[in-house]
Amino acid sequence: MNRLRQGALDSVAAANTQAGGELARVVPSPIRTRLLKTMVGFGVLLVVTCLVAPLVGSSPINIARVFDRSIPFSENVDAQIFFIARMPRVVAGVMAGAALATAGVVFQALLRNALATPFTLGVSAGASLGAMLAIVLGATISAGPFSTVPLASLVGASIAAAIVYRLATMQDRAMSTTVLLLAGVTLNSFFSALIMFVQYIADFVQVYRAMRWIMGDLDVGSFEPIIAALPMLAIAFAMFAWLPSSLNLLSVGADAASARGVDVGRTQRLAFVSASLATAAAVSLAGPIGFIGIVVPHLVRLMVGVDHRLVLPASALFGGAFLVLCDLGARTLLAPLEIPVGVITAMLGGPFFLWLLVRKG
Amino acid sequence: MAAGTKRLITVAVVALIVFWAARPVTMQSRASASRIVSLVPALTEMLFAIGAGPQVIAVSSFDEFPPQVKSLPRVGALLDPDMERILALRPDLVLSYGSQTDVQAQLARANIRVFSYRHAGLNGIFTTLKDLGAAVGRPADAERLARDIRGGLDAIQARVRGRPKPKTLLVFERDPASLRSVYVSGGVGFLHDMLGIAGGVNVFADVARESVQPSIETMLARSPDVILEVRATGLLAAADVAQAKRVWGALASVPAVKQGRIEILTGEHLVVPGPRVVQGTEAFARALHPDAFK
Repeated sequence: MNRLRQGALDSVAAANTQAGGELARVVPSPIRTRLLKTMVGFGVLLVVTCLVAPLVGSSPINIARVFDRSIPFSENVDAQIFFIARMPRVVAGVMAGAALATAGVVFQALLRNALATPFTLGVSAGASLGAMLAIVLGATISAGPFSTVPLASLVGASIAAAIVYRLATMQDRAMSTTVLLLAGVTLNSFFSALIMFVQYIADFVQVYRAMRWIMGDLDVGSFEPIIAALPMLAIAFAMFAWLPSSLNLLSVGADAASARGVDVGRTQRLAFVSASLATAAAVSLAGPIGFIGIVVPHLVRLMVGVDHRLVLPASALFGGAFLVLCDLGARTLLAPLEIPVGVITAMLGGPFFLWLLVRKG
Repeated sequence: MAAGTKRLITVAVVALIVFWAARPVTMQSRASASRIVSLVPALTEMLFAIGAGPQVIAVSSFDEFPPQVKSLPRVGALLDPDMERILALRPDLVLSYGSQTDVQAQLARANIRVFSYRHAGLNGIFTTLKDLGAAVGRPADAERLARDIRGGLDAIQARVRGRPKPKTLLVFERDPASLRSVYVSGGVGFLHDMLGIAGGVNVFADVARESVQPSIETMLARSPDVILEVRATGLLAAADVAQAKRVWGALASVPAVKQGRIEILTGEHLVVPGPRVVQGTEAFARALHPDAFK
C-alpha cells in the first residue's frame, strides 16, 4: 500500500503546476445562493445516508422494537445493535469521512497539487508507526476517553506533522511547498522503513492486528472514541472556516495571493495545522482510510466547480456520506464477515485515482 | 553388435542413471532419524510424547514445551528459519510447515529429509502423529499416544454428554481495553473441534474459516451464552478478569454478559494442537460445564 502511495507521489510533482491553473478559475455567480444550494443538496444526501445506514446491517432488526421503551435496554438486542453497534459506526464514519475529505481539499490547495492527499505529508505513516508500536509493545496507556492505540497513533501523527512543519518553515517566513512535499514524501518512506523493522521483530498476531488497523475500521463499539476525536475535529473545522477565500487566491500562486493582500505565511500555517489536525483525529478514530481525501474533493469539484467557499463545506458533507456508504458495504457485502472499509475505499478510489492521472496527462 | 542394439543399451543406461538421480530423496531415507530439527512446536511436543525427545537437536523460537526444549538451540520459526544454523547442525530430519516451500527445497538440495506439516482440525493431529511416528521410527509409540489422546477426548465428551450445550463465543485475541480487534474461532480448526468435544456450540460455526473478526453487531446478534477467552501467554490476574468483564459489559443484552459467564483461560497448551489437546479440551469443558466436574 505504501509503495502505491509513493508511486502516486512521484507523479505529484509533475501535476503540480497544472492544478494551480485549474483551481484558479473564479466562479462568477452570486456566492450566497450557490452556497445555499450546495449545502442543501449535499446536506440532504448526508442526512438521508445517516438515516438509512443504521437501518441496514448484517443482522435484521425490528425498528419498532428498537424504540420500544417498555423493554429494558439490557434486554433489547435490537436496540443494542442499533445504538451500540450501528450508531457509533455511522457517526464515526461521518466524522472521519468529513475530516479526511476536507483535509484533502486543503492539502491540495496548500501544495497546489491536485494529487495531494491527507496522507501525502507523512501523517498516516507517523500514525501507523505509533499504532504499530502500541500494538507490539502491548502497553495499556489511556488518557481520558483515549485508549492505547488511538492515543499512540495520534502521537505518531503529531510527531510526523511537527517534523514536516519544522522543515518547511526553517528557511524563511513563508512555507516552501516544494520542501513540504519532499519532506513529507521522505518522511513517509522513513516511517515505512521503521514500520517494516517493527513488523519484523514483532510476532505474528501483532503484525496481523497492525495490518488490520492500517486497513481502517469504523467499528468503534462505543461513543468514547468519538468523544475523544471530537474536540480536535471541532478546532480543525473552526480553522477551516477562515480558509476558503485565502485558499482560492493561494491556489493561483503565493506571489499573486500576496499581491492581493493575503498573508501567505499565516494562511499556509493555518492550512497545514488545521488539515494535519483533522487528519490525525480521523486516523486515530478509524485508522488511515485511504482515497477519501482524493476521491471526494475531485468528485465535489466536478459538481460544484473549484471555488473553495463551496468545495470545502461540500466535501465535508459528501465525505461523511461517502464513508458511511462505503462502511455500509463493508459490513453487509460479505456478512457475517466484514470487509475492511479501507479496502472498499481503495477499490473505488484506486481506479478513480488512475482515471484522474490519465485525464490530467 | 548391431547399431540399433547399441543405441538401445545406451538409452537404457542413460535412462537408468536419470531415474536413479531423480528418485525421490525420501525413498532412500532411513526408517528412523537420530538428529531432528523441529520448526513446529506442536510436532516437538509430539516427538517428546512418543519418546523421540533425545533425537531432537534443535527447535523453533516459539517452542516452550516440554521443559527440556529450553536448553536446545533455536533455529528460527515459520517466517525466519535460520537455514545456515539448521544446516550446520547436520540434521537428518527437519520438521517444517507445509508453507515453507523454500526451506524444503533447500533442504532437499542438501539431501536432508523433510517432514511437512499443515495445521488442520483435531483429526489432523491423529494423521500427523501416524506419519510422524513412521518418519522417526516409532510407529508403535505414536499409535499408543494417538489412542491415549482419543481416549482422553472421548472421556471428556462422555462427561458432558446430555447437558445443554451453551452457545459459545471462542475469543483468542482482543484489544485489552476495548472490543476492537476481536478475533474468534470460526467453524474450522482444532479450537472449534475442541469446543465441540467440550460440549459447546460455536456461534460462528457457519463461517468456514479458522479465524473471524466479528463486528460488534454480529456478536450482539449471535448472543452467546458463554464468552470463552483463550490467552496463550501471561498469568491471569484478578484485575484482568475485572477488566474483561467491564469491556464485555458494553454488550449488556448478550446472555453471557447478563449471567456473568465470561471465562478466561490462559496457557500455551490451549493453542498448540499437540498431545496436550486433551488438557486444553478439558479446560474448555470445565469452563462450559463446571457442574460436570464436581
